[in-house]
Amino acid sequence: MSFFSLFSLALTAILAENFVLVKFLGICPFLGVSKKTDTAVGMGMAVVFVMGLASMVTWLVNEYFLIPLDLAYMQTVVFILVIAALVQFVELFLKKFVPALYTALGIYLPLITTNCAVLGAALINVQNGYTFIQSIAFGVFSGLGFTLAIVLFASVRERLEFAKFPKAFAGFPQALVTAGLIAMAFMGFSGLSIG
Amino acid sequence: MEILFALAVLAGLGVVFGTVLAIAGKVFAVEEDPRLEPLTEALPGANCGGCGFSGCAAYAAAVLKGKAAPGGCPVGGAEVAKAMGEILGVAVEQPERSVALVKCSGFFDVAQKKYDYDGVADCKAAARLPGGGPNECPYGCLGFGSCVKACPFGAMRVKNGVANVDHELCVGCMKCAEACPKGLIVKVPYSADITVACSSQEKGAALRKYCDIGCLGCKICEKTCEHDAIHVIDNLARIDYTKCTSCGQCAPKCPRHLIRDARLNTEGEDPIPAPVSKYAE
Repeated sequence: MSFFSLFSLALTAILAENFVLVKFLGICPFLGVSKKTDTAVGMGMAVVFVMGLASMVTWLVNEYFLIPLDLAYMQTVVFILVIAALVQFVELFLKKFVPALYTALGIYLPLITTNCAVLGAALINVQNGYTFIQSIAFGVFSGLGFTLAIVLFASVRERLEFAKFPKAFAGFPQALVTAGLIAMAFMGFSGLSIG
Repeated sequence: MEILFALAVLAGLGVVFGTVLAIAGKVFAVEEDPRLEPLTEALPGANCGGCGFSGCAAYAAAVLKGKAAPGGCPVGGAEVAKAMGEILGVAVEQPERSVALVKCSGFFDVAQKKYDYDGVADCKAAARLPGGGPNECPYGCLGFGSCVKACPFGAMRVKNGVANVDHELCVGCMKCAEACPKGLIVKVPYSADITVACSSQEKGAALRKYCDIGCLGCKICEKTCEHDAIHVIDNLARIDYTKCTSCGQCAPKCPRHLIRDARLNTEGEDPIPAPVSKYAE
């Protein structure tokens, strides 16, 4: 796999087909954990970590377990199970062996156990017929795209805290309108394609 | 047949993962002090940071490590201190309850504004303007309620352009003090009856031009006090609560009605007697 195709994959996953703003996956943490920029960064890092890991494991499960057994139609269910178990396992592992990483990501990990963005990454890997390396790269880049979106959104929301809004718009509606505007901005990337 | 096979595979996977997780839970178990959990439970869980730690769990861990004294929770007070003492098996001394005090009394009517401010409704933003915000008084409360937003207990409110604290709801976590760009909010003992709610270090003659209530530094209170508890330093009367006996002699003597005696105003919501204003429209 050449550097060029990797770059193209990164561009697609982060900008042109941003998980949150273009594919509308992972909206729940996007709206829920975006009140402060530093928690948004923490959440983003956790998503990068889990998406990369989940892409790797689900690719292996699909290739060496589901396809030989002729159970490819079970991907969705099996992937949910695998990802959930994996995240739980990783959480236990980190708590024991890497406490520093656990304190940084710990509270976010359970939140994304069954997140649709993570499952989406795993399924898109399979649908697009990515290789093992491509799958991991796609997972990590998609996670980075999520981080970009949530950090941008959180920074805007932090500033909007101080703005005077009509009562009917204050709070959640204002966040949704903001999300919509950022998504429109990202539509500008949709024509972007390389190779 | 095929559906049964799929079912069996999925069930099998579930069992395998369940077993692996169960084993991992045992193998990777982190040993925790058995007192940590009940100790954290005993705390109120407000995570306000009033104890000086990032949250209740962090405080409990610090107590167990001997880095903090038990009974330091401002929210829980005596009850929680007792509960913590029981878990740890030691007698816990409860430090005196303290509350926040906003050291400004200049409402709309008594303190002049330089201009009408219509920008971002936040004290930090307003305080960055030239001259330190729209108030004539460079020390005065801006009244945009950054402290209200910061208060985790709903004890702060802004009334007539000046923040004040509900002393019953306040636990003394001082989140508000961090949020105040003017540094107006200080800690005072809950038992303090006599307060001077002004921060102005301006000379009396200059202060008179824009504020009807601020401390002039006339030293009448200092001369009245029999306990050497109130002193005018930098044109501002300051009370030493280690000496103050709450005798209440100074309050009626203050020509500006600035010194408040909490006991005299039990009924009215507003503890400050409204002076006749020359700025009211």
